[in-house]
Amino acid sequence: MVETKVAGKVAGDVHTLTTPQGSGPGKPVRNAAEAAGPRPVEERSRGPGERAVVEPGPAGPQAESSHREPDVSPHPYAALMRERRLAAEAEGRARRDTLLYLSGVTKSFDGFKAINNLSLVIEKGEMRAIIGPNGAGKTTMMDIITGKTRPDRGEVFFNGDVDLTHHDEAAIASMGIGRKFQKPTVFESHTVEDNIRLSLSGPRSVLEALVHRKDEAERERIEAILETTRLTDKRKTFAANLSHGQKQWLEIGMLLAQDPELLLVDEPVAGMTDAETEETARLLREIAATRSVVVVEHDMSFVRALGVKVTCLHEGSVLSEGSLDKVSNDPKVIEVYLGR
Amino acid sequence: MILARFLGPRVWILVAVILAAAVLVPMANLGLPRDHPLHVPSYAVQLWGRFVCYALLALALDLVWGYVGILSLGHGAFFALGGYAMGMYLMRQIGARGGYGNPVLPDFMVSLNWKELPWYWYGFDQFWFACLMVVLVPGLLAFVFGFFAFRSRVTGVYLSIITQAMTYALLLAFFRNDMGFGGNNGLTDFKDILGFPIQAVSTRAALFAASCVALAIGVLLVGWITRSKLGKLMIAVRDAESRTRFIGWRPEYVKLFAFTVSGVMAGVAGALYVPQVGIINPGEFSPLNSIEVVIWAAVGGRGTLIGPVLGALLVNYGKTIFTTVWPETWLFLLGGLFVFVTLLLPRGIVGTIDHGFDAFRATRRARDAEKGEAAGAVPNPAE
Ligand SMILES: Nc1ncnc2c1ncn2[C@@H]1O[C@H](COP(=O)(O)OP(=O)(O)OP(=O)(O)O)[C@@H](O)[C@H]1O
Ligand SMILES: [Mg+2]
Repeated sequence: MVETKVAGKVAGDVHTLTTPQGSGPGKPVRNAAEAAGPRPVEERSRGPGERAVVEPGPAGPQAESSHREPDVSPHPYAALMRERRLAAEAEGRARRDTLLYLSGVTKSFDGFKAINNLSLVIEKGEMRAIIGPNGAGKTTMMDIITGKTRPDRGEVFFNGDVDLTHHDEAAIASMGIGRKFQKPTVFESHTVEDNIRLSLSGPRSVLEALVHRKDEAERERIEAILETTRLTDKRKTFAANLSHGQKQWLEIGMLLAQDPELLLVDEPVAGMTDAETEETARLLREIAATRSVVVVEHDMSFVRALGVKVTCLHEGSVLSEGSLDKVSNDPKVIEVYLGR
Repeated sequence: MILARFLGPRVWILVAVILAAAVLVPMANLGLPRDHPLHVPSYAVQLWGRFVCYALLALALDLVWGYVGILSLGHGAFFALGGYAMGMYLMRQIGARGGYGNPVLPDFMVSLNWKELPWYWYGFDQFWFACLMVVLVPGLLAFVFGFFAFRSRVTGVYLSIITQAMTYALLLAFFRNDMGFGGNNGLTDFKDILGFPIQAVSTRAALFAASCVALAIGVLLVGWITRSKLGKLMIAVRDAESRTRFIGWRPEYVKLFAFTVSGVMAGVAGALYVPQVGIINPGEFSPLNSIEVVIWAAVGGRGTLIGPVLGALLVNYGKTIFTTVWPETWLFLLGGLFVFVTLLLPRGIVGTIDHGFDAFRATRRARDAEKGEAAGAVPNPAE
């Protein structure tokens, strides 16, 4: 219960995104918002390089709500409904400007709440570091965002309007959410180059893949990604023969090839040398210049090197959020995580 | 791994060898006098013709098992269905020459007191129609089965078990007399194919050649698929299925494609097999048959093109020899062979050779690099 309040408070402080009335997330208002707001825009595929354009949300609902209300004093129930509708619209507007919007998300495994009323908002272009003790639910949160796990309750919206709980992994990946796993997973029996080629954004049909021809544009994109991830001279190497750190980079390269709007990166520097860690921080900052990135990491010096806002998860919900200094001086965080 | 680079020439060499066999073996059989040292006896043509069909079946299995990682223990079902489609054509060719002399109904229907041809036998008097069914029936079964199995993300052992259950269910169904496929006895006593007497030496030679051509086409098809981007995707699905999902692919469709193509190839193999052995009965659906196919592919080397072809030919040749010399020992030998290959040659014959060659090249490259100058620029004489 305490955590719930804290989570709500923190999310409220930082973004003033929760409804103006201060009513917590996950109440019936949501349905009204669904009805009032525009239908979720479903983006199946985007051309390479072409960014998804998000409709400036307010247009629709505002036009609707700006019509004059009658001067007669309304029925109390109608007033309540109106209030709810306005609240929902305000929430919808706020949500529509976000890239990733999680509200009241809960997921239990056999009665154990891995994610407990989690609310989290990532702005467009933002880079966020997520820390938290083992079992805090960081990976499970990524599973929920990428469609691998369906939450029991709560909302997960991408780009404001796309309800991610209604899509599967492949659809979500095609919308522009890329994911690096905690344990590096690359295609071991393919070369570095082929790993990236398979990840390049573009058509995802089986028959297209059968008749696909390599072209100059494709080669250039692969070249650029190899360059960014420092793997140019490993291009012909089989992924199985890469070092651990290089596999991590290759996986990041595969993410870049997807040209996602949001990258979810789970423990990218686990098992890396200090030099590699530093290099990875630089790489992620470079990537974050053009996309939103969520990084889960235990390595505090790495998080410091990223220099971004930090969210600390604990027992499936947000314990503390803010600058690294603020979070790392938070007594609650010290108690459950840093001070161990 | 070396395959990636050598697939090109290797496919063509393999195809050339198969096509040469398609021409030379019938010539040596029909053209050379009996006492000529290069004369190929007719029984050998018939024997190897069957083996070539098995090779095509093993290649079909390899496409799904070796490249996409689906261990199908039911590929015999597609083979048998293709065989039945061809058998139905051959039955209708018998016409009034059957034991009961009925111009339309096959003998087994007359003895069941059936008065009319069941609707699903219509059209099978036409060769083209039978050929269409040879492709369509196994293909459709593979598609529908694969659609449901892959969509519900059944993988690994569970998938293998349901493929086995599929072929077993078909075995039981085809055993029934009222199914209209000859029950226990199946379809047999064929007289001719396309007007040629089916027992004739020249027909046998032609069927051998046709089987070789089908195998060559199969090799080209699998070679083309596996070298394309789709082929790379298949291997990716085999090795890290969930990764492919998270980069936006739908592995279920990749599997469905491979499984359907493979089912069709197996059906064609069965259709060519039946006129050469002169019978098709429900025994072909036996789960044991499907498991043998897996052994052929494993012995030769799954995930390679030559492997399953070689494996099918070698194991079946071994089977012929051993079942004539020590008939009781064959099954033990086969089981032992599978254990041996799984434990000691997990890549199979061809895979092991490839791997050894690859390792050799890697050490040589490392040695060259050590020597210093022009490390990266050493031209590869093998290319
Ligand atoms: N599929 C599952 N079935 C059952 N329990 C699960 C499942 N997935 C996760 N959990 C449990 O949920 C909790 C949260 O796990 P999660 O992997 O999200 O933690 P994490 O924050 O990523 O930890 P770490 O830092 O160790 O990676 C753990 O206690 C884990 O055992
Ligand atoms: Mg984790």
